[in-house]
Amino acid sequence: MVTNVSSFGRSGLFDWVVQRVSAVILASYTLCILSTLLLNPDMTYPEWQLVFDSFSMRFFTLLTLLAILAHGWIGMWTISTDYLTTRMMGGKGTVLRIGFQLLCIGLTLLYLVWGIDILWGN
Amino acid sequence: MLVSIYRYNPETDTKPAMQDVEVELPEGKDLMVLDVLEMMKARDPSIAYRRSCREGVCGSDGMNINGTNGLACITPVSSAVKPGGKLVLRPLMGLPVVRDLVVDMSLFYQQFEKIKPFLINDDAPPAIERLQSPEDREKLDGLYECILCACCSTNCPSFWWNPDKFVGPAGLLQAYRFLADSRDTATAQRLSELEDPFSVFRCRGIMNCVAVCPKGLNPTRAIGHIRSMLLQQAT
Ligand code: SF4
Ligand code: SF4
Ligand code: FES
Repeated sequence: MVTNVSSFGRSGLFDWVVQRVSAVILASYTLCILSTLLLNPDMTYPEWQLVFDSFSMRFFTLLTLLAILAHGWIGMWTISTDYLTTRMMGGKGTVLRIGFQLLCIGLTLLYLVWGIDILWGN
Repeated sequence: MLVSIYRYNPETDTKPAMQDVEVELPEGKDLMVLDVLEMMKARDPSIAYRRSCREGVCGSDGMNINGTNGLACITPVSSAVKPGGKLVLRPLMGLPVVRDLVVDMSLFYQQFEKIKPFLINDDAPPAIERLQSPEDREKLDGLYECILCACCSTNCPSFWWNPDKFVGPAGLLQAYRFLADSRDTATAQRLSELEDPFSVFRCRGIMNCVAVCPKGLNPTRAIGHIRSMLLQQAT
């Protein structure tokens, strides 16, 4: 068995399931936002804020944020282990890959904190 | 007809090059690509390629013919080249070239070895043979016919990037061949060895493998079955 420490769940099956479930969440959220906008064509900013006042909408948004971060991380990790490898780039492959992965982890955490702050901050 | 052939001899050449050769084809006959290669080799014995059965059974002459992987012996020139066009022969992609059209298949075979391509059954062997119902035997159709020509795996981007970690379509087709065999008792162990992020899950379902298999097999479907089995075992 091929081992790997930096994949999301360290299991191909787990990552695969997360990838699919998060895709469904992302698709439903997109539909939800699109239909809100289409049903209220002349929505004002206060009305838009009202939409996000409800707990269910905030919860759904947070869930979507988590889904996009997990989905994105698995995708970025896959890209980095396809292309940023010693096989593809020689000796500097490993350094580049770890650097890229750290950057992605950093961005992921930043977006998480930022997103929570937007949703629940003052 | 003009034939452009990949030439590389690591002992004398610094880098590979395409060599253009004009070949006189007999009138009114549709030759196979392998026939053309044989004619070329008769004139220039230094051209290297593998071949044996010349009827699509041994799997040794897999190569890239005008951009598509296939067996030279069963690919008619007329199907590979448009009238008046050029026949372009290259080695299979993604594996190291030993010489001209001959590639080093070690990585491919290592992946095949990894999936334990043999029946595992620790029960005491019966007096004559392990029986299988016709229905169970049917489950192996479309799997056992693989001739290990490597046309599929060397056409698979995931195999190009990680040939040491991703089993590849040919190996996975065989992995499923033993997972699906009613006489094999190592199903759980086989599955647990495939569950990591690379062995099976590097397949992105592009179906490049299905497009080129000269035996008309469908590794993508087999990979889908393995995924469902993994999901079933884990949940
Ligand atoms: S379907 Fe999977 S195995 Fe087949 S070529 Fe695509 S990635 Fe490779
Ligand atoms: S699955 Fe088809 S293309 Fe792949 S090795 Fe077997 S016979 Fe060749
Ligand atoms: S020579 Fe045997 S498959 Fe082509």
